[in-house]
Amino acid sequence: MSRRKTERLLNLVICLLATRRPLSAEQIRQAVPGYDRDGDEAFQRMFERDKNELREIGIPIDVVRDPWEDEPGYRIERQSYELPEITLEADEAAVLGLAAQVWQRASLAEAASGALLKLRAGGVATDETIGAGALELRLDTRDPAFPALWDAVRDRRLVRFDYRSAGSESVRSRTVEPWGVVSRRGRWYLAGFDRGRDAPRAFRLSRITGQVATVGRPGSVEVPPGVDLRAMVGFPEEPVEGRTAVIRVREGACEGLRQLSTAVRVGSDGWDEVELGFTDPERLAGWMASLGADVEVVEPPDAREAVIRRLKGALA
Amino acid sequence: MSGSADRLPRLLALVPYLMSHPGAQLGEVAGVFGLSEKQLIDDLQLVWMCGLPGHTPGDLIDVSWDGGEILIDNADTIARPLRLGIDEASALLVALRMLAAMPELAEVPGDALPRVVAKLERAAGEGAAAVSSQVAVDVDATPDALLRVREGLTRRRRLSLRYYVPGRDEVTPREVDPMRLVVVDGRTYLECWCYRAEAMRLFRLDRMLGVEVLEVAADPPAEAEPIDVAQGVFRPSPTDELVELEVTAAGRWVAEYYPCEEVTELGEGRLRVALRARDEDWLLKLALRLGDTGRVLSPPAMAERVRQEAERALSRYAHRT
Repeated sequence: MSRRKTERLLNLVICLLATRRPLSAEQIRQAVPGYDRDGDEAFQRMFERDKNELREIGIPIDVVRDPWEDEPGYRIERQSYELPEITLEADEAAVLGLAAQVWQRASLAEAASGALLKLRAGGVATDETIGAGALELRLDTRDPAFPALWDAVRDRRLVRFDYRSAGSESVRSRTVEPWGVVSRRGRWYLAGFDRGRDAPRAFRLSRITGQVATVGRPGSVEVPPGVDLRAMVGFPEEPVEGRTAVIRVREGACEGLRQLSTAVRVGSDGWDEVELGFTDPERLAGWMASLGADVEVVEPPDAREAVIRRLKGALA
Repeated sequence: MSGSADRLPRLLALVPYLMSHPGAQLGEVAGVFGLSEKQLIDDLQLVWMCGLPGHTPGDLIDVSWDGGEILIDNADTIARPLRLGIDEASALLVALRMLAAMPELAEVPGDALPRVVAKLERAAGEGAAAVSSQVAVDVDATPDALLRVREGLTRRRRLSLRYYVPGRDEVTPREVDPMRLVVVDGRTYLECWCYRAEAMRLFRLDRMLGVEVLEVAADPPAEAEPIDVAQGVFRPSPTDELVELEVTAAGRWVAEYYPCEEVTELGEGRLRVALRARDEDWLLKLALRLGDTGRVLSPPAMAERVRQEAERALSRYAHRT
């Protein structure tokens, strides 16, 4: 944006805020320096662009249509423009300072620091000594799909994207009514209603490939009242470790495994035997295979088979 | 916030800031707005050219910065900042809700949290409150370790940890001087000076198998500087060897789980990934875990090592099956 344009826009904001009655485009052209030199059509185009730019940074411009006038009038209503008076107690300022640092380096970092700047400009004392405190909070939003999905959630717009389910060899297009985004264990999920499956679903953002397209008009998505986003993403309470494996462990090796096991029987042949709780034999097999020739799963047979399968796979 | 596209919003915050901080110093204001003093003076000169229609000297905004002290007058029309946008308000509201969801972590005084949320929601209007309730952040609960770690932090006591490192399948005893808690992407870490590593370390609370508060005052050495977690917690060292793997659709979790320097789609869900390996043992463990869902491309010698280790492991099964 050129300096001249910034000046014109600032003058336009002041002009529209200062006026008591709405001003016609022509009156604005006379009052705001920077417009006067242009022809009618050029002025109209310029004025349209300027209004759009002001609206984009959140400035509410009222368009007033008076039945007695041919042309609409414009003004900015002070009440909808201004940050309401807000004062924070010291403890409130400390909390806000802690909250403001959460998004540093993430997609919403600019929004958070913009908010903080406005509050400070409004005379709110915010606590900036937080970085040195005993607690630091960060959220990251590395997934390329995050900004588009955030916008869609905010604007309540339907989205369409290509998605690869876990372990799947192919990518499918999904059309989803976005209800919200959830961060769980360092990963972001979209929770919403999958139009194709006709059911609520959660999607991991890192498995979305390519661009997220918005479909339809803003405001067209209805979030069901009382929907529990966390529950849609969370596993229904991690199941208790229901089964027990018996594993032979080389003497002196696999300290971690020993610490996590429920029982250790010291053997005499250079191998000890441990018992370990588990639920999913494949997960257990992944871990045991990674320990190589230091362990041997004795029981149960399905876990033993799964380890053998993995090791044979690594041979190929 | 020094790009020219951001200039108008900045000026609309700068003027109210100067109105509410009369006599502020150039250097201080430049710092708040992330500008150099030269850029700030340029902004002030621009503001000085603007004002009410008519644009006679009496209509224009009056700014002076004699002796570095900024005074502003005749700017009543834009004396208040612009109200918070939906993104701005919701960024703060989401973070505040996250704090509210972890009371045992964030020792927030009294009812300050709900009070701030209420004030912000009032300042931002309905839209922002609705959006922020559509974002949820889950924080891992680790009550046992947390209780003792917190005690160590508040009483400034040295801690004795038993810490599990899954990549090596090791549990190591460590004595540490706790410095602060860091919550990144929903996981809680203790930032501390580790006497075993003789360096600053971040330890995940859910991997602490035991925490003991020692009756020794925490006394981290002078070189114990906070770790910059802005780049993420899991940062492989650039001196670690760059290795390459090819994984099938079932092995794609590798690319999601570890920070990769390069990820190439090979079709049918297969990927080639380049990542920094801490050491060869770590890479060997990963390759064995992957089984037929992944293989090491580079270093080429690694493929043979994986094969040998798998063979050795299988021989144990052969004699009993």
